[in-house]
Amino acid sequence: MREIQFETIKDAVAKLCIDANCLLGDDVVQAFKDGLKIEESPAGKDILSQLLDNEQIARTEMMPICQDTGWAVVWLKVGSDVRVQGGELYDAIQQGVVTGYTDGYLRKSIVKDPLRRVNTKDNTPAIIYTDIVAGDGLEIVVQPKGGGSENMSEVKMLSAADGAEGIKKFVVDRVARSKANPCPPVIVGVGIGGTFEKCAMLAKHSLLREIGSVHPDPLYADIEKELIERVNKLGIGPQGLGGRVTALAVFIEAFPCHIATMPCAVNINCHAARHKSVTL
Amino acid sequence: MAKKITAPLTTETAKDLRAGDSVLISGTIYTGRDLAHKRLTDALKAGEKLPFDLAGAVIYYVGPSPAKPGQVIGSAGPTTSYRMDAYSPLLMEKGLRGMIGKGNRTQPVLDAMKKHGAIYFAAVGGAAALIARTIKAAKVIAYDDLGPEAVRELKVEDFPAIVINDMLGGDLYEQGVAKYKKD
Repeated sequence: MREIQFETIKDAVAKLCIDANCLLGDDVVQAFKDGLKIEESPAGKDILSQLLDNEQIARTEMMPICQDTGWAVVWLKVGSDVRVQGGELYDAIQQGVVTGYTDGYLRKSIVKDPLRRVNTKDNTPAIIYTDIVAGDGLEIVVQPKGGGSENMSEVKMLSAADGAEGIKKFVVDRVARSKANPCPPVIVGVGIGGTFEKCAMLAKHSLLREIGSVHPDPLYADIEKELIERVNKLGIGPQGLGGRVTALAVFIEAFPCHIATMPCAVNINCHAARHKSVTL
Repeated sequence: MAKKITAPLTTETAKDLRAGDSVLISGTIYTGRDLAHKRLTDALKAGEKLPFDLAGAVIYYVGPSPAKPGQVIGSAGPTTSYRMDAYSPLLMEKGLRGMIGKGNRTQPVLDAMKKHGAIYFAAVGGAAALIARTIKAAKVIAYDDLGPEAVRELKVEDFPAIVINDMLGGDLYEQGVAKYKKD
């Protein structure tokens, strides 16, 4: 049994919250640069240039890329040979979020109740998803998720008869209906299979993939390729002002299915596609 | 070439703006998003005085991140505008002349803009650190308990925005997407 200190986990989470919000991933920066090469709209080009400038300012001054520093979604892979010393694992995560969002001058965007809407003032609770895995490591991924693009997300219970084309239609239509709202160019996360809630989690998790990476299953790699082409024909463009670059990537995660179902979830991420990870 | 305009907006300034115009806004604007809009309209309906003068006013839909020591404001990009649509027509009726946000508005808002002579601008969503550089002063003037959603008075210099909807019915989102859509 390996022991990991409560404070070590808390400090790691705090740092991940700050780094994820201020340091945009190299893959996203590269996607902006690649987008500049293919964007035909002058307004679209101008916006992509501004996003590159913004990313530099955020990096240099360690200030948030976007004022919506998101809901702290935390993905854990906990080795079955790990024990937390000095407190509970989930408390360490929550306290890390409090520290990160406070010390990092990140915005506190969570209200305690959906109807009463009083701010919790420390950005907790984090949303935590845990996998228990073999070994004595602890992997932590922090994925701050903005609200504007989350609002453009949807789950649809399709049938087997709808097939791949049914999924493609739903995904393209969901992006089309989102128009300028989710801060395009977006990253489109697609979950297919599982139960109602599982497919939404698959869509969220797919957003952690590196832009430019190819799906390991050729069937889904082809669907992703077709989907990004169709989405980028919509003409929405950067910030919805018209253009070629509506999405930077479409990512699919598939999972086994019940014989009666084929759920599909679309989770939209704005261009501030933020996530950082560490293994302790 | 961007047009330099001053906020609050005069009727004359607003009249000359067309969908697609790039503008640089200087002067005084006010922040307000979801909960602030509810409180502002509740106050209007109750006949109470608002925390700022609506005549010609420009509201920026933003909940900034906290200022670090030495900063005027933290990152401060626009939030999605349609969530304010339930409240905007009444505010325009009472004098609001400009709204800055991002994303598409609904028909009742577009109709109210034509009726009352108001302009909808977009700032670049997610360019929040860049935009913050054009904000020279910020102070909370109402609803401090709302934290990021409090109403702030901002002094801005050359704040960059684009006219999305003008008072003649022009819509840059519609025009732009139609131009680049492929079947």
